[in-house]
Amino acid sequence: MAEVILKNLSKSFGTDVGVEDLSMTIPDGAFVVMLGPTGAGKTTTLRLISGLDKADSGEIWIGGRNVGNETPAQRDVAMVFQQYSLYPHLTVRDNLAFPLKSPILNTPADEIARKVAEVADVLQIVHKLDNKATELSGGEMQRVSIGRALVREPQIYLMDEPLSSLDAKLRTDLRVELKRIQASLGATLLYVTHDQVEAMTMATHVGVLNEGKLVQFGTPREIYENPNSLYVASRLGLPRINILPADVFGGAPSGTTQIGLRPEHITQGDGHEAEIKRVEHLGDQTRLHLNLQGHAITTIADPEATYTPGAHLKIAPKHPLCFDAQGNRIR
Amino acid sequence: MSSFSVTEPSNRSKWFAGTLVILYALITMVPLAWIMLTGFKSPADAISYPPKVVFEPTLEGYVNLFTTRTRQTPEFLAANPPETWYEEIVREYDMVIAGPSKFGERFLNSVIIGFGSTFLSIFLGTLAAYAFSRFKIPLADDLLFFILSTRMMPPIAVAIPIFLMYRQLGLSDTHLGMILLYTGVNISLAVWLLKGFIDEIPLEYEEAALIDGYTRFQAFYKVVLPQAATGIASTAIFCLIFAWNEYAFAVLLTSGTAQTAPPFIPTIIGVGGLDWPAVAAGATIFLLPVMIFTILLRKHLLRGITFGAVRK
Repeated sequence: MAEVILKNLSKSFGTDVGVEDLSMTIPDGAFVVMLGPTGAGKTTTLRLISGLDKADSGEIWIGGRNVGNETPAQRDVAMVFQQYSLYPHLTVRDNLAFPLKSPILNTPADEIARKVAEVADVLQIVHKLDNKATELSGGEMQRVSIGRALVREPQIYLMDEPLSSLDAKLRTDLRVELKRIQASLGATLLYVTHDQVEAMTMATHVGVLNEGKLVQFGTPREIYENPNSLYVASRLGLPRINILPADVFGGAPSGTTQIGLRPEHITQGDGHEAEIKRVEHLGDQTRLHLNLQGHAITTIADPEATYTPGAHLKIAPKHPLCFDAQGNRIR
Repeated sequence: MSSFSVTEPSNRSKWFAGTLVILYALITMVPLAWIMLTGFKSPADAISYPPKVVFEPTLEGYVNLFTTRTRQTPEFLAANPPETWYEEIVREYDMVIAGPSKFGERFLNSVIIGFGSTFLSIFLGTLAAYAFSRFKIPLADDLLFFILSTRMMPPIAVAIPIFLMYRQLGLSDTHLGMILLYTGVNISLAVWLLKGFIDEIPLEYEEAALIDGYTRFQAFYKVVLPQAATGIASTAIFCLIFAWNEYAFAVLLTSGTAQTAPPFIPTIIGVGGLDWPAVAAGATIFLLPVMIFTILLRKHLLRGITFGAVRK
């Protein structure tokens, strides 16, 4: 396992920007999650590190080696593709064994059998080992494609939304399992996801991308509690952060045009009066959709209490995040 | 009305389609059946009118195809009784077998040249098609058009220059010459067909193989080739059928050593009068390799192995 350093990486596809001047250090043994909407450059970053695409400019260092001119095989990275990319002419077993049989690893047969069995067990696909890759469900394909990476011990694992098409139960299981594997191997892992729970639970570091640029990099708590822009603030949090004009509550520092208010950062019983529009009982929590001077606000309420739509409720902000007109944080 | 389904054709339309297919198959198979039956007829039966469908089968045509025969005096025939079943057949015409005919050799030539040029066309065609499909080649479209342009006239239109060139190069009547010629004609077909097939194989598989520790060529060999098997098989059949059946160049450029079966079979007619059963026997045997080749590759012709393991 190794430290991976990206220095001023840029890559464009014609007029489309893939990544722009991206610098990031992925510490050895870190679990780095990249967040960002479609087109932010997450997959491009993975492809540049893997060597499938060549950067227009910038450097990639893996384990102290500048790998700019190396082939994917020489870089010794494992990748889980969003589209699975299982070899359709091979069985699940042969798909898992494929990287181990490569001329670079050239693993002995008994070692291959052992590793394949181990990974198949973790991913709960033992009963499918002799199926053709085409005879699997989407979730099974996704697990095989994770397994094809996990049989190896590369410098870095690159994973592109590896849990996206699993059902909820399996996703939870594998999330825990992936984190356990990563921690026990001390593996370096770069992980792309849209899922906040995955980001918060697995990551040691989170990188937020916007239009090919890295806009913030830090621990999940830093990113959540201390976002440096409106954009970062709205990437994490469920329900999403409430964005309101600064003058709704007043009291913001000068230059503030908008404030961001996490749903849990709203106190009740005091302050401005808002109307309850809708109540959602989720069991462990209750979400209230409020209307405050024409602005929609979502907040979380005590699941034991009773709320009726149409009633009024006094609310006040706690720890609002202040942003200027460009969406930058004002501290 | 029993059951109505939008996707499932009704019984009546199935029945209708089935009948059409059977009728079409019968029509196309009549000439084949005719040739195969004629091979087992006696010369008299072969030319009788109306044609005989029921007749007494004989292997005379096949014996005549594979042997040369000479007429002998009654004294010689009496002194040397026939020893084998095929000599007995020949004796009915007061002849003895003088030796094997050239058919075996010519047939072997056809096999060498047909399969040799098919192999070479597929080998070169697959590499070229892969390159055209995957790499940025300057002027790729023009090159592809240029390759195809070799098929824009009947190949025989260039027969005279090729004839002269081959004589100069010493390629006339050689196996190599014929293999190169048929490969030259087939390669454009092979490149175009195979490019289509390889284009359909998602790039993701090779990318996965590159990351899994393989070189570009190994990825091609281990991942692309198995998935292109369908395309390769059908292209090979087309190439073989062309090379196997080619007549004009074979007549023009081969006469002895490298003569293939197509120009040879008609010469049987001249050997001992109009020996239709021998010609038919030759044609029947000539059909077999392409038939067997096609049947062997049939399982690869079924589509479907490349679908399903990449999420679209």
